[in-house]
Amino acid sequence: MFLFSLRMLAAMFSRPFYLMETKEQLYLIGVGSLYLVVLTGIFAGQGFALAFSVELAFFGAKDYLGRIMVIAIVRELGPVLTSLMIAARVAAGITAELGAMKSSNQLDAMVAFGIDPIKKLAVPRLLSLIVMVPALTIICDVIAILGAYLIAIFIAHVSSTVYWSAVREKLIFGNIFIGLLKPIVFSFVIAFISCYKGFTSAGGTKGVGRATTDSVVLTSITILMVNFFITRVVFASLKGYIL
Amino acid sequence: MIEFKNVSFAYDEKLVLKEISFKVNASESLVIMGPSGSGKSTILRLILGLECSQKGDIIIEGRNICQMKEKQKREIRKKIGMVFQDGALFDSLSIWENVGYYLLEHTNMPVEEIGQKAIKMLGFVGLNAQEVMDELPEQLSGGMQRRVAIGRALLSTNPKVMLYDEPTTGLDPQSAENVLGLIKKLHHERSIATIVVTHQIADAIALANRFIVIVEGEIVFDGNLEELSRCYQPKVKEFLTPFRKSFIHVAQKKFIET
Repeated sequence: MFLFSLRMLAAMFSRPFYLMETKEQLYLIGVGSLYLVVLTGIFAGQGFALAFSVELAFFGAKDYLGRIMVIAIVRELGPVLTSLMIAARVAAGITAELGAMKSSNQLDAMVAFGIDPIKKLAVPRLLSLIVMVPALTIICDVIAILGAYLIAIFIAHVSSTVYWSAVREKLIFGNIFIGLLKPIVFSFVIAFISCYKGFTSAGGTKGVGRATTDSVVLTSITILMVNFFITRVVFASLKGYIL
Repeated sequence: MIEFKNVSFAYDEKLVLKEISFKVNASESLVIMGPSGSGKSTILRLILGLECSQKGDIIIEGRNICQMKEKQKREIRKKIGMVFQDGALFDSLSIWENVGYYLLEHTNMPVEEIGQKAIKMLGFVGLNAQEVMDELPEQLSGGMQRRVAIGRALLSTNPKVMLYDEPTTGLDPQSAENVLGLIKKLHHERSIATIVVTHQIADAIALANRFIVIVEGEIVFDGNLEELSRCYQPKVKEFLTPFRKSFIHVAQKKFIET
């Protein structure tokens, strides 16, 4: 998989560039995943705000709800939940599509007609994920913070001004930087694993099914592991500078 | 034109081809026969450079394809038309886009012109272009898909050699007859060298004058129809036994015709 990922990276910077395929994938990945990300953002934000408002009230610190939401959502939950949702929807789709093409010899047919399937099929998906995962993460963050705002106002009875000023206080460059770095890294994880699993699937329709399941499981686990390492390494190295 | 010199090939640990050697000349029509899993399709994949042999040389137009860079392989592939098993049409593209695929990808030709060429090619392979051109592959029958695949290979590469992987497998007798007729027409009208992989004896005899029988990765027979009918090599006999009746029938028919 390491060599395959390197080939994908190298193919990103060499001609020909398949702009039509990239545009199509941007639409399929971005617009197609929007409803999923919006729903995830609303319910994750509200659920989180609800749980924390009770605990914070116990310590008389309900006014800090906005700060906690920004740290939790922008740094951790937004990127991870968005990427997991995209992994479940898009990674499965990519692996199944490429696997089906492989089992019906379409990938070989492409090679026979002088086309590199990695450039034609994998690179447009990688580029689209690099653009769309961060964009969808931002949408998820905004929706989650808005959802938490509703809980803060109507259930926790925190004033609007207090909530937004707390949000603004923590919406600093460091948190935004980590919150955008993670989805970019996760987009590579999703693209590498799902394309590799599709290109190497074997054993007919059963094999494609197995590859699709493996792809989603491996992508999800890898996202969670990489998330921990990014938080650990970036937080440790940037603390005091931008955090 | 194409020469295999002591070629051995294995998928992981499984040895599929064992030191096979043969030569195909320009304009020749060759059928490679053998039971399922004997390594027939692997030979076509090796000719196209989709796989590389672990041992031996595959010489195409004087050069070893396994030692070529991808760019050079692409040049060689331009001279080879490949019809994959089941057609391998791109299922998200319409029929005319499939036929004009190579031109759409590799040339700046206007789309209308490519469409016209695709329509012409669909007519050449015996399909009603107006009826099928905007359909998706899944909407066509197996025989029609196979003919579209032949049209795609012809329009793509202007080939000097055509490779067919089980061209009639899974087709009804009428469709199989149409596809065989098209393969013969191409061979005779355009003098294109033809290599057909099949396990259907009747098709093999209808298509070629030279036969290679491959069993368990080894070439056990290489010769013409007369030699094949007299061959008593145990592995050849074992392979031909289930088809004996149809073999004799088709061989007699062909003998009478010629």
